[in-house]
Amino acid sequence: MLAHLPILQVIVPLMAAPACLILRRPQLVWMFTLLASTIAFIISILLLQQVMQTGTISYELGGWSPPWGIEYRIDKLNAFIALIISGVSTVVLVAAHTSIEKEIPQEKHTLFYILYLLSLTGMLGIVTTGDAFNVFVFLEISSLSAYSLIALGRDRRALWASFQYLIMGTIGATFILIGIGLMYQMTGTLNMVDLATRLPEVAETRTVTTAYVFFIVGVCLKLALFPLHLWLPNAYAHAPSIVTAFFAATSTKVAAYLLIRFTFSIFGVSFSFTTLPMEMVFLTLGLLGIFVASTVAIYQDNIKHVFAYSSVAQIGYMIVGFSMTTSAGLSAMLLHVFNHALMKGALFLALGAVMLRVGSTQLKDFQGLGRQMPLTMAAIVVGGLSLIGVPLTVGFVSKWYLVVAALEKGWWPVAGLVLLGSLLAVVYVWRIVETAYFKAPLAPIAGKEQVKEAPMAFLLPVWMLVSANVYFGLDTRLSVEIATAAAQSLFGVAP
Amino acid sequence: MSMILGLYNYWIVIVLMMIGFYIIIAHGHLIKKIVGLNIFQTSVFIFYISLGKVEGGTAPIWQENITLYSNPLPHVLILTAIVVGIATTALGLALTIRLKEAYGTIDEDEIQAMDNQAMDNQDKESQPC
Repeated sequence: MLAHLPILQVIVPLMAAPACLILRRPQLVWMFTLLASTIAFIISILLLQQVMQTGTISYELGGWSPPWGIEYRIDKLNAFIALIISGVSTVVLVAAHTSIEKEIPQEKHTLFYILYLLSLTGMLGIVTTGDAFNVFVFLEISSLSAYSLIALGRDRRALWASFQYLIMGTIGATFILIGIGLMYQMTGTLNMVDLATRLPEVAETRTVTTAYVFFIVGVCLKLALFPLHLWLPNAYAHAPSIVTAFFAATSTKVAAYLLIRFTFSIFGVSFSFTTLPMEMVFLTLGLLGIFVASTVAIYQDNIKHVFAYSSVAQIGYMIVGFSMTTSAGLSAMLLHVFNHALMKGALFLALGAVMLRVGSTQLKDFQGLGRQMPLTMAAIVVGGLSLIGVPLTVGFVSKWYLVVAALEKGWWPVAGLVLLGSLLAVVYVWRIVETAYFKAPLAPIAGKEQVKEAPMAFLLPVWMLVSANVYFGLDTRLSVEIATAAAQSLFGVAP
Repeated sequence: MSMILGLYNYWIVIVLMMIGFYIIIAHGHLIKKIVGLNIFQTSVFIFYISLGKVEGGTAPIWQENITLYSNPLPHVLILTAIVVGIATTALGLALTIRLKEAYGTIDEDEIQAMDNQAMDNQDKESQPC
């Protein structure tokens, strides 16, 4: 049983999805989905423990040995990312039943959970597989279910956001397919470990450069790296709240994983950063992303838009860490991947609670919510502080490591710009705090109920994520240890 | 000359790819966009299929007296990608139907204009407070 964990990680949600059709009753389906996600979470904890103790696990699918068969390969990096995905998915699902009750018509509830599980399957698959073509297949599983999930939003703009995402996402996925095809053409293999050993022999050819560029552009589209982020804000703003909380915390992280995996383990640092000027490209795009997206976030009136643009900015921070090509920079990026999942999961889930009680996430509707929904708003404040990077929260930890890594590299202007970027976050978080705490509540409209605190089903997962924000801000041993170990293993340094 | 004739399969792929890409970018009609996306994806399918060709090799079906076969692996891979392409097209068309129901049009600019207007109205509402 334990030997089969790598494949069970993917099979459990995959098989649970069609099983939902048999259950039919929404409440049952919800509990079943939660169970499947929890099992996936437990599996990823076990996998991470196993990897940290005994090193990389290689699983041969169907008993065919690699490179002929498909290999599932778990190392510190993907065990860590799988843990983030399944963990956030489980916590977010706790609130799902209460939230979609109001946002999605009853008859579509079962379909919602099926799509959710398929999306989870796709993401976990991308992360665990050791086969380049498998990555494409899982990417499309997660993307196609993502488009449908976004289209379930009750506003008609959700449909349009979903269509735009479909066009952009398919172009991105096709670019990835071209990249994989060119890699196969040059090496005759699709196994990642095999690719990594054979690519350096042909690294001087133009085909390999083209393969890398196609692949990276495709991944950056999925990652929503500035300026390829245009699909993200509307998709996040109009999707059902649960979907936004889930995707904001996980889907871009998967793309970040692909970027790291292909750049560092497969093409290798010397090819990606010495033959090609990727360092400057990523650094520039990362910094531009931080400033442009944070500035745009300040001028948004829909709070979901504010946090969506903030997500684009946070991806900028990750990419700045990535562009440093040092072990310290990479572990700062991985830490931020983990921490950002906690922040955005908490924030978007809290917005889901606001959506449930107020029915809107426009800034003007936040007036006086500090008094009407004290616990939800407190969660948004803590999440916001974490986003800014105030000490005692996880945001501080990742910014700290990022700045230290930049100084180590001798890039002190970058360290300054990272800190400056945080000030922009202060502005957009303050706008929410000001409206919620320092303005009187709107006069209740006749015939409409007074706004109440969110139900327990929401407060529990929101506060679980918020306390994780604080806990991992104080006790950094676990997250830092894993992130550093993963980064060091990519650089071939014995941990 | 050998640059063009010797590598003709790649040229076909590139031309098809650019046609598809152009249609996606230039046309506002959603169905045409989906058609463009299909052409774009098909070019990649042809690329994969032509990769598997071994000079002088026949179809990879076992038969006596034949020793040289084309590489079947890219064909198998692309079978999967074709299925993915069909799923994407189906989903795109389904979304187009829903968009037509919700907006009454399937023109990109008109939909965008309606959304922008909705956004402006929200701003106006928020002015008095």
